[in-house]
This record gives sequence, C-alpha cells and structure tokens, in this order.
Amino acid sequence: MVDTLLKVEHLNKAYGTKQVLHDINFSVTPGSVTVLLGPSGSGKSTLIRCLNGLEEFQSGQLSFEDQPIKPTPKTWQQLRQKIGMVFQSYDLFPNLTVIDNILLGPLKVQKRSKTEALKQATQLLKEVDLTDYADAFPRQLSGGQKQRIAIVRALALNPEFMLFDEVTASLDPEMVRGVLEVMLNLAKRKMTMLVVTHEMNFAQQIADNVLFLEDGAILEKTQGKQFFTHPQTDRAREFLDSMAF
Amino acid sequence: MSWTVIQQSLPIFEKAFWLTLKLSCYGIIGASLLGLFASFIRYFQIPVAKQLVNIYIELSRNTPLLIQLFFIYYAFPEIGLKIPAQTSGIIGLVFLGGSYMAEAFSGGLDGVPKVQIESGKAIGLSNLQLARYVIFPQGLALSVPAIAANVIFLIKETSIFTVIAIPGLTNTALDQIGMYYHTDESLFVLVIGYAIILIPLSLILTWLERRARYGTFGH
Repeated sequence: MVDTLLKVEHLNKAYGTKQVLHDINFSVTPGSVTVLLGPSGSGKSTLIRCLNGLEEFQSGQLSFEDQPIKPTPKTWQQLRQKIGMVFQSYDLFPNLTVIDNILLGPLKVQKRSKTEALKQATQLLKEVDLTDYADAFPRQLSGGQKQRIAIVRALALNPEFMLFDEVTASLDPEMVRGVLEVMLNLAKRKMTMLVVTHEMNFAQQIADNVLFLEDGAILEKTQGKQFFTHPQTDRAREFLDSMAF
Repeated sequence: MSWTVIQQSLPIFEKAFWLTLKLSCYGIIGASLLGLFASFIRYFQIPVAKQLVNIYIELSRNTPLLIQLFFIYYAFPEIGLKIPAQTSGIIGLVFLGGSYMAEAFSGGLDGVPKVQIESGKAIGLSNLQLARYVIFPQGLALSVPAIAANVIFLIKETSIFTVIAIPGLTNTALDQIGMYYHTDESLFVLVIGYAIILIPLSLILTWLERRARYGTFGH
C-alpha cells in the first residue's frame, strides 16, 4: 500500500490574469478524511475540481498512487474511475432510472458483468436505505435521496478516493443528516475522502486533516482536529467565529 | 354552400389529401435526418463540415420556400438537371426543413446543463458514451417541442407546392374554384383537409413530448 494516495505540488491556476489558486501543496494518505474549509470564493471548489480534471491548471504536479498524472483527457477519463466525485447540485441523469444511473459506469465504462454490478448496486442501495427506489426516476426523489444516490453512483465504480464538493449545501436542513451519515459511514470504513463543506460540526466529526483556504492559498494545514479548537491564524479564528462555531 | 358540391368534389380532394400527406412525410423524414446529421456535425465541431453546415443553414433559413422551389424546378433544368415536380417538392421541403430541424436539435443539445456533462465525466464516461447516454437522450428530449413545431410548419408549407403544379390540397382547391367557382365549398374542404392532418398530429406530438423526457439506456 502506498503511503500517499494523492499528492499536490505547486499547483497554480488562473482564470485569465486572475490567479485563483496559489502554489497549493498537500498530500492525502490512504484511509484519511481531509476537510477543505474556507470562506466563499476562496477556491475550494476550483481546487477540488482540479483533482479529477474538471478544471485545467497552469502549473503544478498531481500524483496519484505515486504516479505523476499527465493531465490529458485520456488519463483523466481513466483516473475518474478511481477518483469519484459528488457535486453540490442534484446531478443524477434525469433520463435514466436510479438503477441505470448507478449501473451506467460499472457496465459501460468498466465493462463489468451485469449480475455482479447489479448485486453490488443493490447492496449499496440498501446501505443508503433506498432499495425501493431502484426503478424510480430521479424526479420522483427528494433532494436528500438524490444526493445519496449520487454518492452510490460514484461508489459503484469502486473508487479509491472520493471528492465531495459541498454536497449538502443545497439541501433542506432535515435532508442534510441522511447524506452526512452516509459520508460518516464511508469514513468509518476507511474510504479516502476530500470533503468541502460548510457543516462545521460534521467537519469536526469527520476530519483527520484540515486544509484552510483563503484567496486561493492554503493558510493552514493541520493534522487532527486541533484546527477547530486551536486555529493557528487570526483569519482562521475569524472564520470559525463567523460560522458561529 | 352546397353539400352536394362538397360530396362531388370529395374523391378528388381525397387524392390530394393523400398526396399532401405523402409528400409531407417524405419531406419531414428527410428534413429530420438532415437536421440530425447537421446538428451532430456542429456538436462534435467537425472542421470544414461545420462551416459548410453553417452556410447551408443560413442559406436555407433566409430564403423563402417559394424561391427554393423555383430554383429546383425551373432553374436546375437549365443546367441539365430535370427533376419531376413531386420530387422537387420533397427536395425543397428537405432543404428548408433540414436547417430548422438542425437548429431545433442543436438547441436541445446546447440546453443540456453543464453539470450533467460533468457528472458524466466524473463517472469515467468517454466523450462518445457521454453523448450516447447523457447528452443526446436529454438534448433530443429537450428539442422535441421545437421539432414538433417544425413538423407542423413543414406540413403547412406544402401549400406552396401549388407553384410547381403539384396537385396537393391547396392546388386542388384553387383548381376547383377556378374551374367551377365553388369557392365556399372548396375552401371549406381545404381547411378541413389540413385540420384532419394537423390537429391529431399536434395531439400526438404533445403526447410524445411528455414521453420523450424519460427512458432507459437499455442494458
């Protein structure tokens, strides 16, 4: 087993002349949960989207399982089977049933057998408590249910690393719990995760490491949960206060 | 208005009705295929072909069908290309409709939200798979209302076939009026003739619009 699953070195990104990510360096160890915190517009989403090739960047090196990533569309397409991502908006394919949403990747991308993929999908659906919805269309689901299915859809590819980009930000408060529980269960099972969230209690509960981002630069990089109790910078303290934490 | 006159003219109108329907069908099918093809070229940004498609669309949408038919039926024989009237009519309809269909399909494909494309990429779909399972099904469903409007538009355009003497519904009505002065009766049957085609069609298309939105990828 590698001791670094993902390594980010000197990552810089700009939109035109406006630099949005400044010399980002960090690494993610297998089985750990890294929480990415920071005010709106600090570049959290941009950073997380760079990690599965949805955003291009100007300079820097990403490595996955100690292999440098060559940022070509082909490489990213391969890697996305190992790096799953769940988005803020409910992004299920509305033209497909729940089970087809889940099976699309395993069957068409990974060319796995239908019996085996279906068995896994059924098991995953059971774990998120949505067995009865296999044949429903996304429009028949609530926001929280859709988001749980979106997580299952990503997990169905057996990824080694999961990216969560503010997955509860557009949910009703009472829907948030269910989605967070699914993520906590994943963490318990040692899924390696990078999580962007504004749910501070959840962040504290789940975090093995914290990255605090401001204006596109990492301001604090802390092991463990001390960030929440003993932030090193004034800016981080201000941020925690503003979140009423 | 005399029912006897209407009854007497029915057989000839019936022939015209089926002819109008037949030419419309060929025209619409041809226009849809051409439009689909053109929109795929645009979607995949195929060089050269993309520019040709754009020229075709501008030319087709910005000239009246009447003039297009004149060209095909009266001007082409000058360069040795003699095309029978009905074939000319179909070609005209395909030429005109192709661009409208292309715009309708393209509009649908462009209307697929960006996050859908990103979610498709995020589960490792290749560009072709993304097109096949996510963008085309959703885009085509989005384009159904515009396609439906085009279908109806193209059927109504067949009335212009009169200018190249195709005995469709409109031409037949004008003939009847010209020969027998049965103006009221002929216009009445003409309207009914188009309504019989268009009203049920419009209902079917509305139903199809609702259906098209959801499907499976058929594993």
